[in-house]
Amino acid sequence: MDPHYQHLYEILAHAQGYIFPNEIDLQWGILIVVYPFITGLVAGAFILASLERVFKVKILKPTYQIALLTALSFLLVATMPLISHLSQPQRAYEIMITPHSSSAMAIFGFVYLWYLAVVLLLEIWFDYRHSMVVWSNERKGVMKWVYKILTLGVNDISPRTIQWDRKLGHIITIVGIPSAFILHGYVGFIFGSLKANPWWSSPLIPIIFLFSAMVSGIALVMLVYMIVSFVRKKTIDLNVLDTIGKYLFFILILDFTLESLDQIHRIYEAEESFEIIKLLVSGKLYLTLFVAQGLIGTIIPLITLVFLQFYKHKIRLQKTMYFIVSIMVLIGVYSMRWNVVIGGQLFSKSFSGFTSFKVGLIGLDGTLMAAFWLMLPIGILAFLLWLLPPWKMVKEEE
Amino acid sequence: MGNEKINSSRRKFLKTTATLAGATIGYAWLKSSHVLLFAAEPKDESLPWYGIVIDIQKCIGCGNCAKACKKENDVPVEPFFFRTWVEQYTVKNDGTVNIVSPNGGIDGFTQTVPDEDIFKSFFVPKMCNHCSKSPCTQVCPVGATYESPEGVVLIDEKYCIGCRYCVQACPYGCRFIHPVKKVANKCTLCYHRLKKGLAPACMETCPTGARMYGNLRDKKSDLVKFLKEHTTQVLRPHLNTGSKLYYNALSSEVR
Amino acid sequence: MKFYIPPQLPRLALAFGIFISLFLVVRHFLVPDTFGEYGHYRGASLIDNAKPEIHYAGQQACFKCHQDIEDKKAQDVHSDIHCETCHGPGQKHVVNSKAADILKPSGRDFCGSCHVINAGKQKSTINQIDLIKHNVGKNCIECHNPHQPWEMKK
Repeated sequence: MDPHYQHLYEILAHAQGYIFPNEIDLQWGILIVVYPFITGLVAGAFILASLERVFKVKILKPTYQIALLTALSFLLVATMPLISHLSQPQRAYEIMITPHSSSAMAIFGFVYLWYLAVVLLLEIWFDYRHSMVVWSNERKGVMKWVYKILTLGVNDISPRTIQWDRKLGHIITIVGIPSAFILHGYVGFIFGSLKANPWWSSPLIPIIFLFSAMVSGIALVMLVYMIVSFVRKKTIDLNVLDTIGKYLFFILILDFTLESLDQIHRIYEAEESFEIIKLLVSGKLYLTLFVAQGLIGTIIPLITLVFLQFYKHKIRLQKTMYFIVSIMVLIGVYSMRWNVVIGGQLFSKSFSGFTSFKVGLIGLDGTLMAAFWLMLPIGILAFLLWLLPPWKMVKEEE
Repeated sequence: MGNEKINSSRRKFLKTTATLAGATIGYAWLKSSHVLLFAAEPKDESLPWYGIVIDIQKCIGCGNCAKACKKENDVPVEPFFFRTWVEQYTVKNDGTVNIVSPNGGIDGFTQTVPDEDIFKSFFVPKMCNHCSKSPCTQVCPVGATYESPEGVVLIDEKYCIGCRYCVQACPYGCRFIHPVKKVANKCTLCYHRLKKGLAPACMETCPTGARMYGNLRDKKSDLVKFLKEHTTQVLRPHLNTGSKLYYNALSSEVR
Repeated sequence: MKFYIPPQLPRLALAFGIFISLFLVVRHFLVPDTFGEYGHYRGASLIDNAKPEIHYAGQQACFKCHQDIEDKKAQDVHSDIHCETCHGPGQKHVVNSKAADILKPSGRDFCGSCHVINAGKQKSTINQIDLIKHNVGKNCIECHNPHQPWEMKK
């Protein structure tokens, strides 16, 4: 028998209650869990970088370029889980040429391009241009030309032009903040606007996605900063970690409040979908919701962060604790994406039954593919840090 | 010092301009797409505007409709893909509701609950509702699914990219991804038969006349007469999908 | 007053201008011709959807050759049932009756698919029988003419 059908018969055997006959197979799998996770990291890392520039949080200066390059690495990969999940990936270009204006998914192409070209690339360009001009003069051979091309031929490094780099970069950063909100907010809207699915349909979903995105981005930058400093054998500045930890704490509290509000509202109103959702949450989603997202991803990090803010004593342990907290938070946010995407498809629209989900290992929609798309940005980041090292930049006078 | 003052006023100017520009563009965009966002208006008055009626009192759960549909439309016989299917609801005396649809009802139904436990039981055929404010059409990112000028919701198999957003958006569970063609698929009201003046396959083969279709614009049609003389309901009315599939004798247990 | 334009801006405007122009040109060639004719979709798709071959011919096609059965059926309780409900898709048989035969179903289970007793069926809609009790071992059409069920054979 066709292995695909074999797989479906197995799921059919595990279906509980009554599901509509077409609902046996989950439509959006692990790749659609990975995609919002990645764009969330991009938006979150960018917001943290903006904190340094727009709100002049000077302590975060060492993390500025790292945050931007991390955002770029993940953004470059962001489209891939989407394209590899399509059943007709060779037609993906259609979204760019005939986008349907009533579809939230259609704006993806343009929001993505806007954010990549106008926000991220431009901001990085304005910030690095001076250094790239200097590097193109210092280096020889291939690298000389690489940097020359990257400067787009704008070789003027007079103080006036440098000042314009900063001014224009500043404008881009300001434009970038709402752009980051839209880049990730629209993903939340894709789910939140679907009236057919009561687990998703809510005006809170885009906001919750955004705040958990910020949480994940901040945690990622903290993690990358620690790893990069460790690799370069530089001391990790604890003030940086404490400041990032502070922002992480506040955004995490807000995120937790919003998620709780969504659930409390659902429990209180108890409209027609509530019975099946109650079964979903207490059954199939128990581990990923209460343990992974709630306990590991939220409660324990919150308590730890409060503890670290008040007790700034044992340095070695403190850095390890921040390291572990950032990983736990990332696990928590990933679980949140899982709970939303997979959870929303496990119960039937008949509100009378459940299907089951088993992630395949191989194949375009499998775990290995998802892991690859998550690992690739790390490789790209390593390359970018080599190409555009923040610590070798020309020092600007403030 | 002076720079900062100029910077802040320039920033304010830029912010104001951007907001005004954004608001204007946003309004213009919303206005132009209001037909897509709100009720789809049947444009060509000379064409029929198809509606469907299913009479639950007449359905005997023989499954001929589902069987004929698969034969007519080359849908794989495996029990995972249905353009139409039949459900049996058995409301027991203790208040619990048992819903089944074995192979979509194609092989018929066998009664498993003994007569003395049954409060009432009935069959509900399901199919695409051909909504006039179709949520599946609303969410398609490329324009691969649409409401035809006759009010039939169709899929462009050559254009669909297989993103599955439409499958998620349909509240009635009507859509699926064709395992061979790898694009979205669903009931087309046998559009290819309608164009030849023939009835959809499911209606052709229903022995009791539980399924009816017709031109909602034609006040003299059997369909419109039926709607006038019976109390009909649509599924999920609170979702405002503009469903054109009207059920007669729809009981409150049905989703 | 002379406006100072920083050197970054013209260069960036050029880069973006090239990219956007390229995009518009490529888009012009990629958008299908009939797109947007009736709405946000490929107009030719309506023709595509009307193309598939039919499998069920509709009973009027059957009556062209089988008028005797049409007359018989009209007199009894199966009058509203269309031929292909029981006989399956008939288009191939209509096109070439010698090349393609049509289903001639028989057997208790076949008739039972409609008539087997089930609490979900309204008694006013259909006569129901208990297959376990009613004339076990016999084929239904031994006694009932499927086109005129109450004209009992024997």
